[in-house]
Amino acid sequence: MTAVIETHGLTRTFEVGDIFVHALRGINLTIETGDFVAIMGSSGSGKSTLMNLIGCLDTPTSGEYVLDGERVESLTKNQRAMIRNRKIGFVFQGFNLLSRTTAIENVELPLFYDRQNHVRNHHQAAVEALNRVGLADRLEHTPNQLSGGQQQRVAIARALVNQPAILLADEPTGNLDSRTSIEIMSVFQELNTEGVTVILVTHEPDVASYAKRIVGLRDGRIVRDVAVTNRHDAAKDLAALPQSEELN
Amino acid sequence: MISITRLLRASSRSILRNRMRSLLTSLGIIIGVGAVIVMVAIGEGSQAQIEANITSLGTNLLLVIPGSSNTGGVRQGGGSYKQFTFDDIDALKREATLVDGVSPVVRSGGQIIGGAGNWFTSVYGVSPEYFKIRSWEVSSGEFFTDKDVTARRKVALLGKTVVDQLFPNQDPIGQSIRIRNIPFTVIGVLKAKGQTGMGQDQDDVILAPSTSVLYRLKGDRRNAAIDMINASAISSDKVDAATAEMRTILRKAHKLTEGQDDDFTVRSQAEIMQTATETTKTMTLLLGSIAAVSLLVGGIGIMNIMLVSVTERTREIGIRLSVGARESDVLIQFLTEAVVLSVSGGIIGIALSAAVVAGLNKWTTLQPIITPEIVAVSFLFSAFVGIFFGFYPARKAAALDPIDALRHE
Repeated sequence: MTAVIETHGLTRTFEVGDIFVHALRGINLTIETGDFVAIMGSSGSGKSTLMNLIGCLDTPTSGEYVLDGERVESLTKNQRAMIRNRKIGFVFQGFNLLSRTTAIENVELPLFYDRQNHVRNHHQAAVEALNRVGLADRLEHTPNQLSGGQQQRVAIARALVNQPAILLADEPTGNLDSRTSIEIMSVFQELNTEGVTVILVTHEPDVASYAKRIVGLRDGRIVRDVAVTNRHDAAKDLAALPQSEELN
Repeated sequence: MISITRLLRASSRSILRNRMRSLLTSLGIIIGVGAVIVMVAIGEGSQAQIEANITSLGTNLLLVIPGSSNTGGVRQGGGSYKQFTFDDIDALKREATLVDGVSPVVRSGGQIIGGAGNWFTSVYGVSPEYFKIRSWEVSSGEFFTDKDVTARRKVALLGKTVVDQLFPNQDPIGQSIRIRNIPFTVIGVLKAKGQTGMGQDQDDVILAPSTSVLYRLKGDRRNAAIDMINASAISSDKVDAATAEMRTILRKAHKLTEGQDDDFTVRSQAEIMQTATETTKTMTLLLGSIAAVSLLVGGIGIMNIMLVSVTERTREIGIRLSVGARESDVLIQFLTEAVVLSVSGGIIGIALSAAVVAGLNKWTTLQPIITPEIVAVSFLFSAFVGIFFGFYPARKAAALDPIDALRHE
């Protein structure tokens, strides 16, 4: 297996007035292709900062970061935008879909910013992505016509449409009820089975139990890096739950 | 590069998402562009009217008016110097090669009695050449001839207004009228010309032989004072040369030595036209610039709304940045939206102004003219307004930090 993410001594320091806040104090992390990693930690542990660095939304103060064979720690803004477009698919806690814009148009959005135009037929690619998350029949629905779980599926389809190297999910179940949370985790597990590398940021141990590996952060350092011993299967958990009245 | 059609489609979509707000934003531009075009069209229209009126004064017209007298260094003001004589007219007729008609104009006037009542009007004593110089035609009867001038016959041609006042229901030809108690016989009626650009009624006039007016009406014998000379240049491109030639001849006739100022002024119709059109051009410019201010205000309205829109759509910008939009993509997107707003406002404004101009043409005496130039200029200006006032909000949007933008509530 090849490493899709490799970091060496990654640090990030914020300057707030005269005070230096050391959000990350040297992160050495390697994530293999096809892995399913949950990054855990309490608030202030630096997990969001790490997530922003991995997602190329931010640049490290020092250290090395290799993403899918490319050194990305010292890229320009435009180069980082391209990396985000080509190699990373984001899923956020608040779904972050464009309002009053149909599911299909939301999913097409990353293709719009692909300058090399890797995908010729935007519509077809978006339909396929929505198909993978089980929303083939909701193409023309706008976010306010969709349930929370459906909205998050649209967001996952958007993250997938450019066939990125990693799927980066920041508290993807934070705004969802427990049943829908498990549904979303089952989507991630399915995608992971199909070979998609998933990195999940969460503070809920339940959610993390669906991952293959847990990386624990505290005060900007990795304090735990273990394989999940008692891994849950979201599909089974879902079947065990009593039927809910929610349409999905 | 991102394709232009996709960009335009995305911009249109986000504009249509807020129909009412977009319409109100564009309203500034719609009114601005509409006002500029209508104002300039009215200016252009009155300019064309004035030009047409001046042309109706006669083709290639040259007016010679007396200058100011300068007696021992005391200048007396325009028209104070001695008037022209028949010798001047003869000299011009004899020597001028670039002039094909010269007529004296002797001004008189007063109470006219005849037909149904009486009327106060001007009487001009002229020669038969005057009719050609000033483009007069008769609607009935005939012009007087050189013989009538030589014989000082008391014959007269009446303008339409005078006929309407004195002979409303009868044929004036052959009738007798009394001009300041001197009887004249009406031999013709002049075809109506209408008003001049200054609103003066050109048909409120009586034309009679110059000698008759001078000697019989004004009783002048010694000075043979002619108030004005009308002449016409042989062609419109010879107007300046004819002016110079007449000046030379008149200076000689008036025995002016070198260094002495002219005691007359030769004015061409082109000059008069220039003065008049300059006036209307200034008016057009004034009206246009007042309207342009409203266009500017419209632009500020666009900037205002775009700034609000940037704040409101911070999260959207964050999403776009997170899926790989560059700063320049966001900049171009917001700039495109501003330009689409202002340009569509411009197009609606052009349509609106066309409707207003059509209405003015139909229901008022104004005859505004929309020229392609002003349409093009105001269209481009509205696009420019979009770029200019859209740039600051667009740059603000592009400068957002993706992490902060995504967290924005």
